[in-house]
Amino acid sequence: MDAIVVDGLEKTYGKDVRALDGMSFAVPEGQVFGLLGPNGAGKSTTVRILVTLTRPDAGAATVVGHDVAREPTAVRRAIGYVPQASGVDREATGRENLLLQGHLQGMRSADAEQRADELLELFALSEKRDALVRTYSGGQKRRLDVATGLMHRPQVLFLDEPTTGLDPEARAAMWEELSRLAAAEKLTILLTTHYLEEADRLAERVAIVSRGQVVAEGSPDALKRELRGEAVTVELAAAADGKAPAIVESLPGILEVLVDGRRLHARVEHGAQAVPTILSALDAEGVHVAAVTVSRPSLDDVYLHYTGRDFRSDDEAGGS
Amino acid sequence: MTAITQTGFLFLRVMRNLMRQPIWIVFMLVQPMFWLLLYSQLFRRITDLPGFGTHSYIDYLTPGIAIMTAFFSGSWAGMGTIEDLDRGVVERFLTTPARRSAIVSARIVQSGVVATIQALIVLLVGLALGATNGGAPGWIVILLASGLIGAGFAGFSNGVALLTRREESMIAVANFISLPLLFFSSILIAKSLIPSWMRSLSLVNPVEWSVRAARGQVLPHTDWGAIGVYLVLLALFTLGTGAFATWSFRSYQRTL
Repeated sequence: MDAIVVDGLEKTYGKDVRALDGMSFAVPEGQVFGLLGPNGAGKSTTVRILVTLTRPDAGAATVVGHDVAREPTAVRRAIGYVPQASGVDREATGRENLLLQGHLQGMRSADAEQRADELLELFALSEKRDALVRTYSGGQKRRLDVATGLMHRPQVLFLDEPTTGLDPEARAAMWEELSRLAAAEKLTILLTTHYLEEADRLAERVAIVSRGQVVAEGSPDALKRELRGEAVTVELAAAADGKAPAIVESLPGILEVLVDGRRLHARVEHGAQAVPTILSALDAEGVHVAAVTVSRPSLDDVYLHYTGRDFRSDDEAGGS
Repeated sequence: MTAITQTGFLFLRVMRNLMRQPIWIVFMLVQPMFWLLLYSQLFRRITDLPGFGTHSYIDYLTPGIAIMTAFFSGSWAGMGTIEDLDRGVVERFLTTPARRSAIVSARIVQSGVVATIQALIVLLVGLALGATNGGAPGWIVILLASGLIGAGFAGFSNGVALLTRREESMIAVANFISLPLLFFSSILIAKSLIPSWMRSLSLVNPVEWSVRAARGQVLPHTDWGAIGVYLVLLALFTLGTGAFATWSFRSYQRTL
């Protein structure tokens, strides 16, 4: 059975900010599913609809079989939500936050207390259990956020940008904990991220989201496998003037060429053979090259392939 | 789980947070203390005019200042809600089965309790200055009226907070309403000395209802019937602003 079904969601904010434009995907029970996309792609809006905070303009969604619009209370009982912007009470202790969450979810006091201690232990927060949250470090606070989402043993956990704003060390630790969690608790997890590495690392399946729609879906490996060959990125000294892509495209062994500003992305059969050919062809036509890299396809390239745009530049353009 | 249990847990949370910084309760008392200590001295001889029902202005003023403190304090209650909105706490509550009415009620009940505590402090200071406030029945009525007016204005304030979601707007509204409501009441002066057009308008002012209830037992010719009517009106006022706050919550959710 599918734990989450999203079918044709649409949402427009104000008059013309189209956040969702026919978003559809499904997540089977027990899976860790990643929504990957740049800022402003519609990931958070999708999650907010699934956790019953926001109402869609059109389309439908169910979580563990309950319609999010018509049975919000049943959905709320089944889910844990870890929002991008924390949501824990800074003026209360970690333990108090957990207990309140448990009580609002209808847990009995004895059960709530036992579960709170268990989670504080699991997220290495036992020492901080009776300290006010405002004294927590960024990583500790984020771990408490996740623990709060897990308090009532939900069937589905929503993690909205779980590691944004964390330093690399805390991010690595969080990834460690989330992987452990996904394996240990029988839990469906939907996580949104704009870190390609994070989706690659944590998600069994990924949906790539761009401008309010899913543009590609599959396991990270399958998505990468679809892109045969290797990726050659050529950074030009000046903006591509239309001549450079045509030159590269005409060469043998080139599968695909995409341009993004000064960067030229070529998918090739064999990187090592293609690079000298590309360089000499460009040089012969007087196109100056600033840098060249060869790599195995990453989710970066998958994103580029499906949207025709570079992930980083989209992310910056999306803002937030 | 019922809305009442949820209100209880959420009420405990806000009370606990407040008790960690009890300075706020005291802070809200600074201004009323100036009125009680200085204004009462400045206008000490005002009771030479007829209509006060007592020759001691401090006797007359103390219940009024208790009410003033309560309604000022209630009208700022929305600030805590704005902080919760900004920090995502409200959204987290909304993704649990907790009811909107419970989230709002917790704040309103808290304001009622805080207003009662503040009124009690005002009465104790008044007592030190010689105002007996009509003994035990008088104190009970004053504290009840203070709690209700504090809770009533907290409902209004929370409604405004949920509609505007901005501290600046909240501050503007609280400042805008406080002085007119103070002057269209008999908090500072005998009602027979108020110009008749202001007195007529004061009859629809919930602050005036609470002052009249609070003074009912303090001044001679106690009319328990009238006190009862005013207390019922205050309870209805609190229910009304609570409904307004819950309605505002719905309107806030539509913007999400």
